[in-house]
Amino acid sequence: MSTAAPPVEAVAAVERRSWLALLRATGAAGVASAVAIAIAAFVAAFGPLLAPDSPYLGQLSSSYVGPTGGHLLGFDGQGRDLLSRLLGGARTSLVGPLTVVVICILAGTVLAVSAAWKRGTYDAFVSSGLDVLFAFPGILLAILAAAVFGAGLVAASLALAVAYTPYVARVLRGAALRERSQQYVAALEVQGASAFSICLRHLIPNMLPLIVAQATILFGYAMVDLAAISFLGLGVQPPNPDWGVMIAENQSGVVQGYPLAALAAGICIVIVVVAFNILGERLYDQAQAERR
Amino acid sequence: MLVATLVVSSFVIFSALYLAPGNPIAVLSGGRTLPAESIKVLEARYHLNDPFITQYWLWLKGVAHGDFGISIALRENVSTLIASRIGTTAALVLYASLLILVIGIGLGLAAGLRRGFLDTSVLAVTAVSAAIPSFVAAIVLILLFSVKLTLFPSLGDGQGLFGTIYHLTLPAVALAISSLAIVARVTRASVREEFGREHVQTAVSRGIPYRQLVRRHVLRNAAIPITTISGITVASLIAIAAVVERAFGLNGLGAYLVSAANSKDFAVVQGISLVLVTAFVVVNVLVDVLYAILDPRVSLGSRAQ
Amino acid sequence: MSEGPASAALLEVEDLVVDLPVEGEMRRVLHEVSLSIRAGEAVGLVGESGSGKSMTARAIDRLLPPGAAVGGAIRFDGGNVTALSGAQLRRFRGEVAMIFQDPRAHINPVRRIGDYMTEALRTNRDVPNAEAEDRAVDLLESVGIEDGGRRLRQYPHELSGGLLQRVMIATALLTQPRLLLADEPTTAVDVTTQAEVMAILDDLRREFRLAMLFITHNLELAAAVCDRTAVMYAGQVVEVRASSLLHDDPLHPYTAALAAARPDISATKDRLASIPGRPLSAFEAPSDACAFAPRCTHVRDACRQQRPPLIELDRGLTRCLRADELRGHMGPETA
Repeated sequence: MSTAAPPVEAVAAVERRSWLALLRATGAAGVASAVAIAIAAFVAAFGPLLAPDSPYLGQLSSSYVGPTGGHLLGFDGQGRDLLSRLLGGARTSLVGPLTVVVICILAGTVLAVSAAWKRGTYDAFVSSGLDVLFAFPGILLAILAAAVFGAGLVAASLALAVAYTPYVARVLRGAALRERSQQYVAALEVQGASAFSICLRHLIPNMLPLIVAQATILFGYAMVDLAAISFLGLGVQPPNPDWGVMIAENQSGVVQGYPLAALAAGICIVIVVVAFNILGERLYDQAQAERR
Repeated sequence: MLVATLVVSSFVIFSALYLAPGNPIAVLSGGRTLPAESIKVLEARYHLNDPFITQYWLWLKGVAHGDFGISIALRENVSTLIASRIGTTAALVLYASLLILVIGIGLGLAAGLRRGFLDTSVLAVTAVSAAIPSFVAAIVLILLFSVKLTLFPSLGDGQGLFGTIYHLTLPAVALAISSLAIVARVTRASVREEFGREHVQTAVSRGIPYRQLVRRHVLRNAAIPITTISGITVASLIAIAAVVERAFGLNGLGAYLVSAANSKDFAVVQGISLVLVTAFVVVNVLVDVLYAILDPRVSLGSRAQ
Repeated sequence: MSEGPASAALLEVEDLVVDLPVEGEMRRVLHEVSLSIRAGEAVGLVGESGSGKSMTARAIDRLLPPGAAVGGAIRFDGGNVTALSGAQLRRFRGEVAMIFQDPRAHINPVRRIGDYMTEALRTNRDVPNAEAEDRAVDLLESVGIEDGGRRLRQYPHELSGGLLQRVMIATALLTQPRLLLADEPTTAVDVTTQAEVMAILDDLRREFRLAMLFITHNLELAAAVCDRTAVMYAGQVVEVRASSLLHDDPLHPYTAALAAARPDISATKDRLASIPGRPLSAFEAPSDACAFAPRCTHVRDACRQQRPPLIELDRGLTRCLRADELRGHMGPETA
């Protein structure tokens, strides 16, 4: 009743389902989220071109005026077309988290895979190092960075990346250890393949579903934190349209009875974050299921 | 392990002075021009002519005695400035933590122990609120309860016990709302998982009555992951509080930290950062201790993450 | 359906049918399972994974998952088990004890051993703590654990698997049950401990006049310990027989095949005999044919036309239509 072990080559080059199939496996909610994200990405890329008006120029006399002809959402506190500012703000709101995620995933993967591969003292060293910084609040580091290097998206993004990397590395290290102990790795080693090539061409590709899922979830967190930092005035600086900045700018409008400007920016943030959360969770479930 | 975090963090906070572009004097002065004697005072106070490690050590010693340096902008002892604001932040974090623990765990337990409508509605509500960042929640809350319904004030700290509670309610809710959802979900999942475990089945097979079963075998065991997530959540409040304080115009440490960072008042930034990091570490230590008490398999300091 | 001298059975299972909800639909996992156990008697229940043996024990002990549908009758001491509830059900649970396969998973890791052992006594029988602990220490001694007092204060993770299994057995006996359901108690432990556990169970059984249902996938083990053995396949009982006769004079081809498949260290054969095909799960069993037909070397057309009923033969029970003619050469033959 024993099943013959599958030939090593077949296991090493695991038939990766197409990414499309993986997406479909996340269900209706997953696909809807992916669509929302795609729209957001599109707006981020082409926002300024799509905007009916300038996000920067406004007349104070139009401050907080509601929707009128040609201005679908009305104006913000400075009399700028709200819709144009929203479309323009997509760019910084999305690029910042993207930077954070790219850095974290790269650094995290390198740390995780190298620690899982070498094990021993190197692993212990890296792991304790990561443990020390684990769960350290990113916002605090970002504020500190703003104090040191001046306010700005770059400093904030880098600070967040530093704060998140230990968490990402920890998660990926677990997965890397599991991959490392698979039979195909031993088989490849015996065949004389170098550690580097095994990791690059086999280990990491097999971890890809998990890495992508983790990246997606991370994007949500990074987006919230960066928006918060911009809200505090330490990230993206006005007059740049950024959803976090817009909430801070138009907060006074809420108390004066003109909530649309601040709310609209808030809703944009929530929708995109929810989309990333849902998609990320579903992808994570798929990655777990695939592992079995 | 957490002590290491504290030490490393303090080192990072301290050395930030040197990481900043420009020489330390420029950083400390925040770009302002100072008369010559002020510079000398600064040099003496910060021992800027001593080797790096000595400076670090002296700074640490000073901090241990409550001496955080002087605020350039306000020309006051940082420690006094911190002391006057720490109450607000502490009250806010405490208030929010209470909301998270009581409502979050409560909802999670209710949903985990029963099926049907209560369960699905808790799941649906938490799915949405988990994704609402606190500053967005702040706006919505101000809109609903301050402007439309004028139930709560949108600005300021309030005086006295009831005044403070009144003023801090909206901020606490804004701070708590997304963490509350996460704690509720994890609580629910943990309770469900414990219910399915074999040792619970054994207790059933021995005729242990339902109430006792739930109390002694399901909840008692689920308390472990629930404590972990609650600890992580409360610890993270310490940083997010800054955002909420800003949104509601509260005179707390977080808001002050942000304005100090903006005005490059370095000593203040260092001082508050250190206080917040210490608070963060203390909370984590408490959670570790609780965890070791709850789970006899674990020895202190080795909390499985 | 009794096959022995007419003494009242302590446990009677008659045409037990169990359906479980799986992915939205109800699937049958037990098809008309019947067996009986007299007071003080040890009955073995043997089968492969998926044959339904654990499910039978759980049905008897009212431990089925929510949503399960039960048909047929289960009677304990004359009373209907499936109708019990509340205080009566708890009293029943005191009379019927169950021990499980993986002791570490079945004992709450955050509570002390003493708490685990005495909980039922304290809760259901209102026995004061000190007395309950004394009884626990006594029983620990009976299972070979000497320093009971110290053990009571320890946590499960401080004990080995073998020790924990003994603790579980001792605990089961604390309420002085009349029937013990043992679900593969030795599968998760090493061979030496297995022998010890079996010896303990045997001693205790005689000492306390305990009836036992011993579930295992190991035919020889059941035959060694139990007076009678029932064999299950695909959710049905296919044979019940006195253990001494089971190996040499089985009444069902499946039993014979199981016996033949065991590697015999003394015999010299070229290949290990194995039963071709894979064991059927209970819900795959056809309702109009013999479930074992696809893998049986003695199969005839009649076997595929109806589900064979359980019939009496030579003081045993069998579901094989050809049992009478095949007696003596039930073993899997090459053509």
